[in-house]
Amino acid sequence: MSTVTAPATSRTVASDRARAETRLGQKLVAPAIVLMLLVTAFPMLRALYLSTFDYALTAPDERDFVGLSNYLTALTDPLFWQTTGVTVLYMVVTVAIELVIGFAFALVMHRVIFARGVIRTSILIPYGIITVVSGFAWQFAFSFQNGFVNGWLPFVGDDFNWFGQTGSAISAIMVSEIWKTTPFMSLLLLAGLAQVSEDMIEAAKVDGATWWQRLFKVILPNMRAAIMVAVLFRALDAYRIFDNIFVMTAGAEKTESISFLTYRQTIEQFQLGLGSALSVLLFLSVLVVAFAIVKLFRVDLAQARQEA
Amino acid sequence: MKNRIGLVVGCLLIMVWCLLPVAWIISLSFKSEAAITNGSPGFFPSDGGGAGWANYQAVWENDQFRRAILNSIGISLIATLLSVIVATLAAYAIARLEFRGKKAVLTIALAIAMFPVVSLVGPLFDMWRAVGLYDTWPGLIIPYMSFTLPLAIWTLSAFFREIPWEMEQAAQVDGATSWQAFRKVIVPLAAPGVFTAAILTFFFAWNDFVFGISLTSTENARPIPASLSFFVGSDPFNRPASLLAAGAVIATIPIIVIVLIFQRKIVAGLTSGAVKG
Repeated sequence: MSTVTAPATSRTVASDRARAETRLGQKLVAPAIVLMLLVTAFPMLRALYLSTFDYALTAPDERDFVGLSNYLTALTDPLFWQTTGVTVLYMVVTVAIELVIGFAFALVMHRVIFARGVIRTSILIPYGIITVVSGFAWQFAFSFQNGFVNGWLPFVGDDFNWFGQTGSAISAIMVSEIWKTTPFMSLLLLAGLAQVSEDMIEAAKVDGATWWQRLFKVILPNMRAAIMVAVLFRALDAYRIFDNIFVMTAGAEKTESISFLTYRQTIEQFQLGLGSALSVLLFLSVLVVAFAIVKLFRVDLAQARQEA
Repeated sequence: MKNRIGLVVGCLLIMVWCLLPVAWIISLSFKSEAAITNGSPGFFPSDGGGAGWANYQAVWENDQFRRAILNSIGISLIATLLSVIVATLAAYAIARLEFRGKKAVLTIALAIAMFPVVSLVGPLFDMWRAVGLYDTWPGLIIPYMSFTLPLAIWTLSAFFREIPWEMEQAAQVDGATSWQAFRKVIVPLAAPGVFTAAILTFFFAWNDFVFGISLTSTENARPIPASLSFFVGSDPFNRPASLLAAGAVIATIPIIVIVLIFQRKIVAGLTSGAVKG
């Protein structure tokens, strides 16, 4: 957008203008940058520093420099690898299911001409609802004492305790997570679907392509960018899973995620040294996951940043 | 015709998916406490004795809960207001000006949107205690602002790019002062975007749990999600499900009201922020 329409007769005027524009631009973004870094970069550096100490808030005066031994402790503990594995499981399963259901929802919303407002309102309710509330709703729904799920599912006994063993407890947590975030996925996919040209789909139809062929050969390849951005955002979000676990099982029955483990060490056990090492490891593992997704699916980040 | 039926079924499925758990938590909130303690499986309260409005009354008379609602409303509104002001400045610069460091701003925003929040609570807990922000409103408002800025900046810069800024000059040519041109032309055009960013920011702040439980210790600043999760009642092994459900319904009402009024704007904001149309 060319907003500067003044005649730039001489070069110096133009470059002065450019310099002034840079100065103004930087001044305007400065508060945002400071705020964003104040609460992320600075604490992260502090975590890096604290992670080299044996430091617990229960004994604040006995702070000893221990080098990398906190990292060694964390990385040699099977619990660390188990929670990482569980976290990856949460991420892969929920994102895969959300992608399929979210896409189905997007297809319906894209085609539907009646009651658009009602559908949109409904789809925004899970998106807007507090995750803790969703966790409670599903925890009580799965509860054998007061819930309805056991009564509705034909192959489950009425006194089956969903939170009594790892597999079913993880499934229940996943249901809550999937319920809440599928609408977000479907809205992102709906935006991508709107970009696929109707003419192309029509042309494929004329050429005799079946519905499935049109879906897999025309629609999906043409909204690849939107799908990848949605997957990237949701996967990184799912990797940070915390609220639902806290509310539904409090980490019991090996349902703990890496975020939950970090929280438990720092806030509940006051082990700031070891907790900080876990914080740094969590941060690094998010980077690895982001990098892996970008490389694996060749996500176009310019699209995500929408600064192409 | 076949297509039509498929669509209707699809719509019904979407609505059941979205509304069933909401209906469930409302239904649960009308079960009586006695029924919950003895166990009352089933969807409807009739299976285990209804409580009428008793649970809502009990929750509302609970000081901790009332305080938490107040905290949540205050903290979320202030964080939203400040975040949107800061984001508007940044988004204006990103959408309209050419300057060095623009790419860096967008990269930082993207990185922060993906940041693992839990990895910050340890050091923040330590820092906030040192500077006296622990368990205060500003102690939550600051992190909420930082984490809502990326979303607000994206949404707003996407909106601002679509504004025909030449109209400002056109108004000035027609004899309006710069202030008039800004107020009468630009503000009405920019308002929907600012509004959308504000709604999304408010949702984030209202939903936050990690900061809420880590950076507060009393009802001084504890927001509603944290308060709900700590609300155990007299028997910690059998949570007062119906009371919690009533609290959850009350905490959800603001969200539902916002969604009902602004659904069109929220959808536009969510999709413009992530995928450019």
